[in-house]
Parts: sequence; C-alpha cells; structure tokens
Amino acid sequence: MSRNILVSALILGVFGFIGATLVAVTEFGTHDRILENERQALLQQLYEIVPKQQVDNNILAHPLTVHAPEELGQKSSLVYVGEKGNQLSAMVFEATVPDGYSGPIRLLVGVDSNGVLLGTRVITHKETPGLGDKIEKGKSDWIDGFTGKSLVDPKLDRWKVKKDGGDFDQFTGATVTPRAVVNGVRRALLYFDQQKDALYKEYLEKAQNKP
Amino acid sequence: MSTSYREIINNGLWSNNQALVALLGLCPLLATSNSAINGLGLGLATTLVLVLSNTTVSLIRNLVRPEVRLPVFVLIIASFVTAVELSMNAWFHDLYKILGIFIPLIVTNCAIIGRAEAFASKNTVPKAALDGLMMGIGFAAVLFTLGSTRELIGQGTLFSGAHLMFGEMARGWTVEIENYKGVLLAILPPGAFLGLGSLIALKNWIDKTRKERVRKEVAVPGEKEAAAT
Repeated sequence: MSRNILVSALILGVFGFIGATLVAVTEFGTHDRILENERQALLQQLYEIVPKQQVDNNILAHPLTVHAPEELGQKSSLVYVGEKGNQLSAMVFEATVPDGYSGPIRLLVGVDSNGVLLGTRVITHKETPGLGDKIEKGKSDWIDGFTGKSLVDPKLDRWKVKKDGGDFDQFTGATVTPRAVVNGVRRALLYFDQQKDALYKEYLEKAQNKP
Repeated sequence: MSTSYREIINNGLWSNNQALVALLGLCPLLATSNSAINGLGLGLATTLVLVLSNTTVSLIRNLVRPEVRLPVFVLIIASFVTAVELSMNAWFHDLYKILGIFIPLIVTNCAIIGRAEAFASKNTVPKAALDGLMMGIGFAAVLFTLGSTRELIGQGTLFSGAHLMFGEMARGWTVEIENYKGVLLAILPPGAFLGLGSLIALKNWIDKTRKERVRKEVAVPGEKEAAAT
C-alpha cells in the first residue's frame, strides 16, 4: 500500500518537474521579446502624445517615480521627461481618475515645457461600451480636444464639461466619464505647474548619475 | 471503446460541440465574443491547448496511475496554457493585451480537462489529437460566429482589429456599415447570452428538421405498400 502511494507521488513529482521545465524553457525563450514588446508599446503610446521632433533624448531612459496621490490619483506614478537641446521640452504623467462611471480611468497626460497639453490618452478604463468609451482614441476624437489646451486656455474655471458651464464637450448619454477625465487632466496640469522645476531637477540628477 | 475518425470529426464540430451541446467553457466564450477577432483569437488559443493536452494525455495514458490521473492532467494543461500565454505575449502582443485575463483562464475551461478525461485518456494518440483539434475548431467556430454577430449588430463593423492578429496588411479587412449606430445591447454581456441562446436554438432546429426529413424518407415507401394492399 505504502509503495503504491510512493509510486503515485513519484509520478506526480515527475510530471510536476516536466511541466515546470516546459514553462521555464518558454519563459526563457520569450522573456526578452516580451520586455521589448512592452517597451515598444509604451514608446508608441508616448510618441502618440509627444511628437517625435519635440524630443531628442531617450524618453524612456530615466522615468521619475513621484508620489502625488491627490494630484495624480495613484500612490505612485511614473513621469517621463523629454528634452530637446538639453532643455526640458515635454513631460508625460501617468494619472488615474478614480471617479469614472464604472471604476478608475488610467490616463497618460503629456505637457510641453510651458504647460501646454501635447496630448492625452486613456490607457485603461471600464466605461460603458458605446457611451463612455468614446474617451478612447480608437472610438472617437474627443480626447484630441485637449491638445493645445493649458491652464490659461481655457481659464481654470472653464475646465469643466459644457453641462457644468465649462468648455469641454460631453457625450450624449454620458456626462460622468468626460467630466472625470477633464478633472483628471486639469489636476495633472496643476501638478505640473507646481512641480515642473523640482521634477526637472530630479531628472537631471538621475540622468547624471546613470547616463 | 473505439470511435471512428468520422465520428470524432462529427462529434467535435457538431453533435457534441463543446459550446453548443456540452455548454462548457462558457465564461471565456461569453466574455471574449464581443468581436470576431477577439473570438477567433481565444478560439485558436483554446484549440492549440486542446490539441497539445489531448496528445500528451493520450501519450502517457498507460503510465499514469488512476489515483493521480486528474492532478497530472491539470499539471499538463496548466503548463501548456502558461506556455501558450507567454508565446502570445511575445508574438501577438496587442491581441494578448485585449484577451488579457482570458488566456490564463483557458486552464479553467472545463472542455479541456473534460476531453482529457473522457476521451484522450482512453484512446490512441492520433485519435486523441484529432479529437482535440475538432473539439477546438468546433469551439472556435462558435466563438467566431458569436463574435461576428455581436460585432455586426452592436457596432456595425466586422473584423475590426484584424491587424492585431494578421499584421498590418489586415488593416483594410474591416468592414463597416455606413450610418449604423449599433445596438449597444449586443456588445454588453446580455448580448452574449442572447446570442449564444439563439445559436443553440438554431442548432437544435437544424437537427430537428434533419431528423424529420429522414423519418419522412423512411416513412414514404411504407405508405405506398399500405396503399397497394
């Protein structure tokens, strides 16, 4: 009886080992490619926001980690810094809007050195298909409406959807979603306004230590 | 216990279709059938896992003791799914991002362990592999049909996102109905249930009409005899 159990355990062990080997070999074979894919996907997303001619550094090389749960809506967010001719030319913030219609909305917000929006993209969301999901670039051009805007254009008290007396369009049947995104972008802009010098300094130090 | 190849094909594609008859694997089926390409993507991944797991299970069917049979099957399936997941992430990154959580969830698709236990563990390797392939294609076909229908009704498009799977040349494959606003319900989860229900009803209706036709053909010569006497 005990011999039976031993043989069974052995068989199970052998298959466990074979399974683990298979996974390990696949992981080994795909690891670099997956990392490269993720890097490319991120880079593509960043270049959709920041025009390529706007930067001449490697924008992915030294991302900053900032902790601004109030302003950017996440415990810690990454900030990518773009330079041109050794001067700050663009910053891209990861931000989360907690108050979407059905959950948080994750954004990338890109600003140039004067605080003018280069572009915004929604990375993930759970908004209603057909209504709130028009914030996605693939579904409508609404998100492009932010490009060129800043804290002075429109004025800060006009940073609302039209229904609330602001300058931004809402969608038919969905006000909560655009309202949340507008707020999120505004908060990110304010954060940039307060922190840009400090952030750029931090970036320079980081880049100097690890060129 | 021997099934002919013909029977295996017929079972997988039609009479024991895992989605329409066995009603297995409904969670990924309902969740990823919101567009034709999503459905096809998950369908193909499931088919691949089914073939691999059926073949392996059949290969080792005389080696493994009955008492540890199920854990060994689960181990095999989980390993293959993880390998497929990693490969998809490496070679179909964009599609992988869309299907996301449903790729690892192939492990929990009862159709796979069901075929391993009910068929592959009792049959020769070629038969088990064919069974895996046919069951997979049957499942993928339902996913694809449901996905296409929901996409067409809900969004007025077909094959949107084809480039995620077939590369840049497929970008032009998307068909779009002009000035069609779409019926939101079809894209939302209830649309999946309604769609699947209709497909099952359609299959049953086809089966029933077929059977009746056969019965009539048998009955007709009998009637003639009765009339002659």
